[in-house]
This record gives sequence, C-alpha cells and structure tokens, in this order.
Amino acid sequence: MQSHILSIILFTPLVGAFVLLFLPKENKDAIRWTANIFALAGFLISLPLVPMFWAQRFLPGFKFLEGTPNNWIPSIGAGYNLGIDGISFLLIMLTTLLGWISILSSWTAIEIRVKEYYVWFLVLQTGMLGVFMALDFFLFFVFWEAMLVPMYLLIGIWGGPRKLYAAIKFFLYTLLGSVLMLLGILFLYFHHHAVTGIFTFSIPELYKTAPMIPFQTAIWLFVAFFIGFAIKVPMFPFHTWLPDAHVEAPTAGSVILAGVLLKMGTYGFVRFSLPFFPAVVSHPKVQGWVIFLSLVGIIYGALVSLMQKDMKKLVAYSSVSHLGFCTLGIFVLNSAGVTGSVLQQINHGISTGALFLIVGILYERRHTREIVEYGGISNVMPLYATITMIMFLSSMGLPLLNGFVGEFTILQGAFTANWRWAAWAAPGVVLAAAYLLWLYQRVFFGTVTNPKNEKLHDLTPREILTFAPLIIMALWIGLYPKPFFQILEQPVNQLVQTIHNNSYTNANAPVSAQVAPAPAPPVPVAVAAKASN
Amino acid sequence: MVELTIFALGILLIDLMIPRGWKWVNAVGAFVGVLFAALCTWQIQSTLPPGGSLGFYNSLLVDRFAVYFWYLFLGGAAISILMSVHYLDVEDEHHGEYYALLLLSVVGMMCMAAGIDIVLLFIGLELMAISTYVLVGFLRRDRRSNEAALKYLLLGAFSSGIFAYGLSLWYGLSGGTNLAVIRRAISALNPHNPVVVIALLTTMVGLLFKIAAVPFHQWAPDAYEGAPTCITGFMSVAVKAAAWALLLRILVFGLWPLRSIYTPIIVIVSIATMTGANFAALTQTNTKRLLAYSSIAHVGYMLLAFVAMGTSLPGSPGFNDGFKGILVYLLVYTFMNLGAFAVITSLRQRNVIGDELDDMAGLYQRAPVEAVLMLLFLLSLAGIPPAAGFLGKYYIFLSLIESGHYALASLGVLYSLFGLYYYLKIANSMLMRAPMETERLPVSLGMRCAVGVTALATIVIGVYPEPFIRGVNWSLNIAQSPHVAALIK
Repeated sequence: MQSHILSIILFTPLVGAFVLLFLPKENKDAIRWTANIFALAGFLISLPLVPMFWAQRFLPGFKFLEGTPNNWIPSIGAGYNLGIDGISFLLIMLTTLLGWISILSSWTAIEIRVKEYYVWFLVLQTGMLGVFMALDFFLFFVFWEAMLVPMYLLIGIWGGPRKLYAAIKFFLYTLLGSVLMLLGILFLYFHHHAVTGIFTFSIPELYKTAPMIPFQTAIWLFVAFFIGFAIKVPMFPFHTWLPDAHVEAPTAGSVILAGVLLKMGTYGFVRFSLPFFPAVVSHPKVQGWVIFLSLVGIIYGALVSLMQKDMKKLVAYSSVSHLGFCTLGIFVLNSAGVTGSVLQQINHGISTGALFLIVGILYERRHTREIVEYGGISNVMPLYATITMIMFLSSMGLPLLNGFVGEFTILQGAFTANWRWAAWAAPGVVLAAAYLLWLYQRVFFGTVTNPKNEKLHDLTPREILTFAPLIIMALWIGLYPKPFFQILEQPVNQLVQTIHNNSYTNANAPVSAQVAPAPAPPVPVAVAAKASN
Repeated sequence: MVELTIFALGILLIDLMIPRGWKWVNAVGAFVGVLFAALCTWQIQSTLPPGGSLGFYNSLLVDRFAVYFWYLFLGGAAISILMSVHYLDVEDEHHGEYYALLLLSVVGMMCMAAGIDIVLLFIGLELMAISTYVLVGFLRRDRRSNEAALKYLLLGAFSSGIFAYGLSLWYGLSGGTNLAVIRRAISALNPHNPVVVIALLTTMVGLLFKIAAVPFHQWAPDAYEGAPTCITGFMSVAVKAAAWALLLRILVFGLWPLRSIYTPIIVIVSIATMTGANFAALTQTNTKRLLAYSSIAHVGYMLLAFVAMGTSLPGSPGFNDGFKGILVYLLVYTFMNLGAFAVITSLRQRNVIGDELDDMAGLYQRAPVEAVLMLLFLLSLAGIPPAAGFLGKYYIFLSLIESGHYALASLGVLYSLFGLYYYLKIANSMLMRAPMETERLPVSLGMRCAVGVTALATIVIGVYPEPFIRGVNWSLNIAQSPHVAALIK
C-alpha cells in the first residue's frame, strides 16, 4: 500500500503559499494568520509520521516510499520518488518544527511586503522538505537549487544594510557547489548506464553501481560532491558566506538558515558521499584531510566567536564550530560518530535556532545587536534571561541538555577511531562555554548600563510559544535520548556496514596482506546511549 | 512557406488602404498568417514520411528536423508580433512593412532549416538577413537604431560575402550544389587539402558570424541595443535558431567527414565565446546590452554541445544528447529570452526608454506580476531548476560528460556562475531597490499575452519536460532507432 503522507507534508506549505497569493496585500493580519495556520498545519500534519515511523524503525531500507523510479520524465529516467529513513525522518521533523517557529516569530518583525515574505517562506519550506525526502537525484537537485531562490530573496529584500551583497554572495557560493555536484550526478547517471544499460536517477539504484567506480575516478567525483556539501555546511575554508548571510538575514531567515539549510550539507555527506564513495572516504589521506578541516573549523569558529562584537555574528561563527563537530562525527566513519553527528545536527537546529531567536528578540526591541549596547538585561527581562540561559547551556553542551549527548557521542566515536582527533576537538567544547558565558555575562549580568534598556518589556506570550517547543526538545534529548538512538540505529549501522565492506583497505589490499589495522568495529549504539545517560 | 509569403505581400497591400490608427489590423493579419503557417506545418507533419520529403528539384528537404525548427520560428515570430503592437504605437512607427518584413524573414529562416542545396540555403539566409537589417533600423528617427542597422548591414554583408566564397569553393570541389553531393565528394578527398581547409574556414566564419560567436560577435551588442526591443527579442531567438539550423545542416549534414578538422576550432571558439561574453556582460548597465552578451554566452554553451557531438560517433549517447541539447536549448531559450525582452519592452513608454538597469529599479512596486515573471526568466536563463533553462543546461553537460570532456564541462558550469551574477544584478534592481517613480506601469493586452505565454512555457517545460523531450526525440528520429537517421544517412 502506498501512503501519501510524505507528499502531504511536502506540499502543505506550497498550498499555503498559493492561498496567500489570493489574499489582498493590504490586509496584513489576514496574511499573517493564514501563513501561521498553514505553517502550524505543516507541523501538525508531520506529527502522525512519528508513531508511524516508530513502528517500523528497525526495518531496513527506505520507508513510506512514494512513486516509482522514472515516473516523472521517463525519457531521461527521472522519477517523483520519495522515501525516508531514520536520518531524514529526524531532519524532516526538525524542518517542520523550525518552519512553524520561524513563521510564528516573524509576526511583528516583518512590516513591509508582508505577503511576499510569507509566500517565499512557505515555498522555501517545501524546497527544504523535498531535499530530505527525494529518492531521485534529479528531483533532489531540483529541490536543492530551487530552495536557493526564496532564501536569496528573504535575505535580499528583508535583510539588513548590506543585504544585496550578502544575498548575491550566498547565492553564488552555494550555486558554485551545486553546479559541481551536478556534474558529479551526471557522471554517476552515465556510469550507471554504462554498467547496467539503464538510464536512471534513482538513488537506491545508483547506490548499487556507484561503489564500482574505479578509485582514481571516484576521487574526483568525491571532490565534486565534497565541495558542494562543504560549502553548504559550511566547512572551514568555504565558510565565508555564512557570517554575511546570517548577519544580514531577517531573524526567521537566520533560524532556518542555521537550523535547516546547513544540515543539507551534512545530510548530503551522510546520504551521498559516504555510500557512493566508500573507498574514497575510508582512504586514510582523504579521511585525514576532511577531519583536519573539521577540527580547524571547530577551533577556528570558536576562537572567532570569542572576538565578536555583534551578537548575531557570534552565533553565526559558533555554527561553524558546531558544524565542525558534525562533519567530524561523519568522517570518523563508525556508528557512534555518525549517530552522534546526526543527533548533533538536530541539536544544533534546536539550540542555534533558539539563539538566533534570542538575538532577534533584543534586536526587534532595540534595533542593534552590538554587545556593548547591552548590560544588566536580566533585571528588566527576567523570563527572557532564564530562557536564554537554558539555550546557552544547551548550545555549549552541558549534561542533561541536548548538546551534551550529541557532542559526547561524536567525541566517543572520534576517540575510538583515533584518540588525537578527540583530543583536538575537545577544546571546542571548552571554548563554546567561554564565548557563550562571556556573552551572557556582558549582556545580562550587572546593573542596567544603558538607559535605553530600562524600558524593555519581557517576552510576550507569542514569543514564549516560539521557545516552548525548543526547550521541551532540548530537555527531552538531554534526559532521554534513547528513542533517537533507536531511530538512527538501523540506517547508521547499514551505512557503516557499506563503508566497511567497500572500504579502501578491504577493496585494495590483497587478502593475504591483512597487516594494515582493520577498521574500528562499529560501536554498538546501545552502549553509546547508555554512556550518555 | 508560400502561405507566409502571400500574407506578407497581402499586408503590404492592405497597409496602403487602411487609415492611421487602424494599423493594428496589420498585426492581426500577420498573427493570423503565422497561425495559418503553423497549421500548414502541422498538416505537413502529420503526413511526413520518416525520412522527409524532397521538393523544389531536390533543393528542399522537409524532414522532422526542419519541421521542428519551423515551429520554433513561428512561435518566436508570433510572440514577437504580440510584443510589437504596443511598442510600435509608443514609437509612432506603425507601418505595415514591419509585419511584412517579419514574415518574410521567417520565410527565409524556413528555407535555411529545410534547404539542402547551398544556393537555396544562401538565398534563405539573405532573405532573412536583409529583412532583419531593415527591421533593426526601423526606428528611423532614432539615431541608435540607424547606427545599429548600418553596422549590422556592413558587417553582415561582409560575412555573407565570405560565406558565399566558401560555398563557391565547395561547388568547385564537388561539382554540385547539393549537400549530399558535396558530402560524397569530400569524403573521397584528402581532408588536409588546402582548398578544403580554406573552404571550411570561410564557411565557418559565415556561420559563426550568424550565431554571433566570439570573435565574430561584435555586431550583436550594438544591433541588439539599437534595434526596437521587440526586434531584439526576435533576433535573439528566431534569427539565432535559424542560424543554428543552417550551421547544423551544413556542418553535420554536409561536412560531417571533416569533423576532425572543425571540432577543435569549435572547442576554441566556444571557450572564447563563453569567456568573452561572460566577462563583458559583468559590467553592462544597459539591460538590452547585458542580455545581448548573455545570449552570446548561451551560444558558447550550445557550441559545447556541438563539441560533444563532433567528438562522438553518431548514435552514441554523447552524440544524441549533444544534438538534443542544442535543440532543447533553442526551444527553452526561445521562450525565456523572449519573455525577458517582453518585460523590457513593456517598460518602454513615451518618455522613458526603459532599457537601463536603473529603469528597472523597483519594478516590483510598479508592476509586480511582470517583475516576478522577469525573475523567473532570469533564473531560467541562469539555468536554475525548476525553470526550463535547466533542461538545456542538463543536456549540454550530460553530453559533455558522456563524451568525456570533463574539463570543458567544469569550465561551462563555472561560467554559468558568472551568468547568475549578472542576472541577479537585474533581479536585485527590480526587487530590492526603491523605485524611481511610483506610478504603476500600464501594460497592454498584447504584452500581457506575450509575457504570459512565455512564462507559462518556461514553467511547463521546466516542471514537465517529458512531451517536449519526446518532440525533440521525434525530430531527430531517435524514437525509432538509436541513430540520428534523418541527418546522418
């Protein structure tokens, strides 16, 4: 039986955008209500997916399949083909939740061209969901690129003073990555035809043939995909678009950008780079370089955060550091690392999304994000200060909150693979505590130093509502992460198994010469879960 | 074809009889003529034998390839006519000759697509070229238009001369004017024979001039900028498609045995075209000039597909997809580029020329629908899915990968980033800058139709390309056999 729940989740926001087109431009409240209803509906509709998915979490392969390969453009072998596994399931839930929260948070922040704002936002939402659901490379690429357009407009129209620069930079950087990826996709497509005689973009089909590509070719393909995803993540030398885009984007845009868009890069690594090129990623040199870049990202991002005068920029650079952990976890190539990485992606979406909301709330009241403008805010906005504290602690990885679970599992995976990697990554956690607590101290503690801040009002019920789900999720993952580990167990183990079977040492070393150290055995996930409790 | 000629002459006659202020009748007549010609083409199509049918003492081969291009020309002409009514009104240059020339140039294009005799091909080329020279200079009171026409005429005549010289050498070498005869003769000749090389080079200069490839592109920006905007649109799609049809007819149908000589030249020309055009476009502030350079850049991408064809065997995936790439590209390009020019045309008012980047500022506040559709056209030109332009890029890069040209493919995608940058410059000024004046822009009915049709086509081809790909496969006879039978036999 085919269930259409994925299509329904995917197209609810688009229907909302379409409905919005018919509302009069002047009636801003009607537009806001409609957009919020559709965003909330998009989230609520995705909730039934949770029990449905839970029931089949240990089944192998993709679930909730929709469509058949080649049903869309038979002439070239592209299909409208959807399906999810544990990894994409978590990211989809994150997307629907953050999409609703960011639309709710824009209620008073957006005053000009309200209608278009919500239309583009809902279109963006569909694009992001499509990326996580697509099981067809052509479809995936369409969503991947189409999603850039609304984000470009969100930054360019409703952004800060340097919005034009930031919008174009964002678009060009990400397009650079995706056009190289397109060439990689076309090569895989052509290679599949050469092997099987069939032209298809179906991802499960390509999984079968891609590992057969000879190593010398595969390494170039890996680089093409790697640049595409690394720009999106962004990994260390490719990160320069991120601070600009974040600082100029409107608050909700930043939340989505940090919460979901960046995850597309790490999702791409997990979904494509690892299973397509297992021999390349497990090659010691390649792995070493990618992990080196991740470690540099962790330390560099944290150090730069420490120096920022602008709160939003600080949070933006902290993303570079946190995403470094995610890529580190992926490329240690054992199940603890990958599980931790996916979980950390969710955590980062929750915590950093909340951090951008927090910055946005002050900005909406004072129209500045300079840290020196503030001080002693906890006196005038006590509730706000408490929520901020919780989210800061979650972001820096304090035990009992979500960040700890993810980072700990990643470090555990890194330690199993090579203790030096873990040793270099650990200072990132300490630095995170430093820049966040120092920021908290400067903004919230002490007496009110700036007379302009004396009259600030505390959170409105709508604003509390935007934080509530995030805090609940942060506590849940922090206190009882077992369900999340269970959801990730099957896809991650399968992935690690694929890499192990096709790894560089296994594929290239003659059977007799097994002197090379065997890859670390996959760490049972249950152990990781227990350790983090 | 004959029908169109009759309509063109008919318009000339009717124009004498109708009073000023009723000149839109001419436009209606021309539009009906185009529709009627499309109907006739459809009839020809339904009775067409798979190999095509010969006519006019074997100088004309109406095959599927020709029919495909005929539809393209007619589509381009129809949309241009819709755009012209409003524009000519504003310019106060509403004369019947305009539409007559437009139709005559389409007749010339049809000869170029269907001809297999070099004499007929040349006549078609000149019929089209001379009509366009006049159309470019149609705004006789406008200095830029006159200058553009003169430049275009001088350079065009020069290149036609070189082209004719090349054709005469083929006649001398083979003793026949039919492409099939020439082909048979040159496969027996040594390809490094100096006369063959000179003949090939001169022919190619003529062809590359017509498609405006670097270094023979200098006329294009001036002609595009000076011409009435609706003619600029027409030239950038229909005239260009005709030049491509001619190029494919001569190089693939006629001179295929020489592909090992001309493909390297095409490689260099395509790299030069992409480089020159993309860099030049970066600094333009006039939208018509910018789009002129961008259309040259698109020629560079299409030449890449031609390289893929020239270096693979007929019937192999690289050849088929390269060929499909060019045809699909011309199809989507017709709609997206005409759409972009239609939006620019709608900016033209009595006191505003409307083709500077500043004139686009804040277009969103003044004409929201046009601005959003312009964004669609620009993104399509940049090759962002799900707009149609992506499909063209897809085939071109696929054919390059299939024929093993990884470096060229990488270069092509990098240049598409340049493209995105200058298209976004237009988008930025439309959507993100404050308008110079707040008055809403009146948009005429014909204009709305033109923009609407092109936008619809751009979206539909992008989202559901299956029928269009089938159409292209049909025109190349790919559906029946894996080989491109109609052209390589």
